[in-house]
Amino acid sequence: MSQLSSKHVIGIEHLTVDDIQLILQTATQFKEIINRPIKKVPTLRDITIANLFFENSTRTRISFELAQKRLSADIINFSSSSSSVKKGETLLDTVNNILSMKVDMIVMRHASPGAAHYLSERIDAHIVNAGDGTHEHPTQALLDAYSMQEKIGDLNGKKIAILGDIMHSRVALSNIFCLKKLGADVTLCGPSTLIPKHIEKLGVHVSHNIDETLQWCDVANVLRIQLERQNTKYFPSLREYALYFGVNRQRLEKLDKEIVIMHPGPINRGVEITSDVADSEHSIILDQVENGVAIRMAVMYLLANK
Amino acid sequence: MFTRCLSGFFLTFVSMSDTILLNGNQIQLTIERLSREVIESINFQNSVIIGVQPRGVLLAEKIHQKIFDLTGQSIPFGKIDTTFHRDDFRRGKSLNAKVTEIDFHIEEKNVLLIDDVLYTGRTIRAAMDALLSFGRPLKVELLVLIDRRFNRELPIQPDFVGNIVDTIEKVDVEVRWAANATEKNEVVFIPLKGNR
Repeated sequence: MSQLSSKHVIGIEHLTVDDIQLILQTATQFKEIINRPIKKVPTLRDITIANLFFENSTRTRISFELAQKRLSADIINFSSSSSSVKKGETLLDTVNNILSMKVDMIVMRHASPGAAHYLSERIDAHIVNAGDGTHEHPTQALLDAYSMQEKIGDLNGKKIAILGDIMHSRVALSNIFCLKKLGADVTLCGPSTLIPKHIEKLGVHVSHNIDETLQWCDVANVLRIQLERQNTKYFPSLREYALYFGVNRQRLEKLDKEIVIMHPGPINRGVEITSDVADSEHSIILDQVENGVAIRMAVMYLLANK
Repeated sequence: MFTRCLSGFFLTFVSMSDTILLNGNQIQLTIERLSREVIESINFQNSVIIGVQPRGVLLAEKIHQKIFDLTGQSIPFGKIDTTFHRDDFRRGKSLNAKVTEIDFHIEEKNVLLIDDVLYTGRTIRAAMDALLSFGRPLKVELLVLIDRRFNRELPIQPDFVGNIVDTIEKVDVEVRWAANATEKNEVVFIPLKGNR
């Protein structure tokens, strides 16, 4: 097994366990490369990649761009705010125009769930989903799984908690698919208004008690409260949310065990996580960012050979 | 099936099945000779050994150990993978990269690259490309167990050679390293079906 089963990476849901393992293994080699004095390999020098970001992004966009540069690919950056999308051009027209300039791969972030899947059925190039609305963010889940493995070893049978705004989080859904495929035991924890109904059908547990969940888990992946996607009030105030569901020093000190804290960023400091936890020895938040480049190199490298 | 022409030189004629070119004892003797040649020529203070993944590493480990046994001196030892530096990406070659492990500086060092079989020269070109990501060595030398000298596609020549093999038909030359006590080290010819 040395190839991905799919031509695109749209979501973790459609990747096989072998695909996930292959990406994680390949990322290990790329992590070594990005720590060399010269952090670049010539592998994708004949590949052109377009980064289409129809939604804001800092980390993911920089991470993808850096990964592409480390692989020697040619890249085009596109953001909707400064493009003809503002003049009313459709997604398919925009992409087809870019593709006619001989682009081999599209990395896309879009506010509509399913946008990447829609494109993959209509165009020839490889598609990497860099987040589609509240649906999936596959490379984030892969880098989370990689960072967890690096810290606690094989995830089979490990206890992972995902805390916070599950409802609006594409990271949560991709994480659930990825962790379940790798054999982990997953608990979601947050206010009942932010946990979708029937989510247990994905094979996860649901809890509303953060102290019990922290005591249970080996790793807690704390998610951001996505205020920009919340058009109604899901909880009375941020202060109240922080009080009942925020991860803080006092909560961690009550535990009689080691715990790993993760956060996909950007952090609302003082809301879902306090600074003294985010910057503590439990936190691997910055490792996640470093691993993100290696994971994205692995994904694009493997896709380019399909 | 093949004739021994000169010391260490082989010429193949017709080989319809796997043919043993070197057996375990002969490989052991060759490794010992190569190790002595290396000891004779290298500067221990300023040299490093790097095995080319995957199969060159196994030979490099044996040579590294032999040099230590003969002299009591240990030379820094690393492994290099060429996958991401190959020129045949997307031409059906394996994607699986192996570990690269170079925990020392190669800047201004004499690097001894070790691989099992030198064939087209493309792997060694990729290995030298990968090596330059770690700095600028003073000198790079190449040691191989088998040199298939008439099949080169790039101007690359070894400095230390175990055996030269002149293949006159489409055969593969494979070095098989014993994984456990019941297996044997051997170098074999394998006839290839169809064209490469």
